[in-house]
Amino acid sequence: MEAQTFNARVATPTTRLVGAMSLVSMAWVVIGGLIVTPKDVNQGDAVRIMYVHVPTAWVAYLAFIVTAVASACWLLSRKHSMCFDRVAGASAEVGVIFMAMTLLSGSLWGRITWGTFWAWDPRLTTTAFLLVTYIGYLAVRGLGGSLEQRARRSAVIALLAVLEIPLVHFSVLMWRSLHQKASVLSGDGDIKMDGSMLTTLLVGVIGFTMTFAWLVMHRQRVLAMQDAMQMTQLDVALRERANESATESTDRVEGLK
Amino acid sequence: MDHLGFIAAVYGVTFAVITALVVRTVLQGRELASKVADKDKPWT
Repeated sequence: MEAQTFNARVATPTTRLVGAMSLVSMAWVVIGGLIVTPKDVNQGDAVRIMYVHVPTAWVAYLAFIVTAVASACWLLSRKHSMCFDRVAGASAEVGVIFMAMTLLSGSLWGRITWGTFWAWDPRLTTTAFLLVTYIGYLAVRGLGGSLEQRARRSAVIALLAVLEIPLVHFSVLMWRSLHQKASVLSGDGDIKMDGSMLTTLLVGVIGFTMTFAWLVMHRQRVLAMQDAMQMTQLDVALRERANESATESTDRVEGLK
Repeated sequence: MDHLGFIAAVYGVTFAVITALVVRTVLQGRELASKVADKDKPWT
């Protein structure tokens, strides 16, 4: 019988590289966002919140889209690989946290520019609704049942929940909103932004995306180990129950004799 | 810098939350990895 080995490392060269690049990008965002970039003509220093607010919002959208794609892959694949389900779950966990950070940073930015922390504005309301939906998704993942049951019910919810993203994104165009419209992805190609501001914003988006990738890779591995432990515990429980049944049967036969 | 408190709060909370998430993930991963056999860890 082969001896089992227990390597305590979860990181791989790829995740280490992604992690290191994330750290460098984050350092750039802090230095660029707080020191290097100039004030905005209209918003003054408050514009510095943008270098964090926009990337966290982007990562939250990306995370929920990854959750939907991984869920679709689980449903459509013949093998129903649990890896897809775990990527979906890990991505949703990270997305919920980034969405909450987006709402918090937006709320503080709103206090400076609009004079209030919260308004029942279309963008803010739909974003809060999106957050609550994915908290519900995570709650459903935590319900009991087999791994297949968890994967199937959460995949269906993920495919429905992702339909909210266009609603959130286009809410500023569909309804009258306090929230400003897209500055960089406006569609006309005319970006009215200073070079250093645009560079810092893009580095922020790339850096936060790499952080997201690192977190999903590691969370997916943590979930894989949790699933493996759950299956091992289930095997042990089934073996114990089988042994108990065998002992009871033997005792009954002995009693009859 | 104007509105320094708000700006510092946004940067502070964001990076503190990300750091906490990373640390939690690493610690949880190490703890589980010492209990789960390598055959269940395809990345090792």
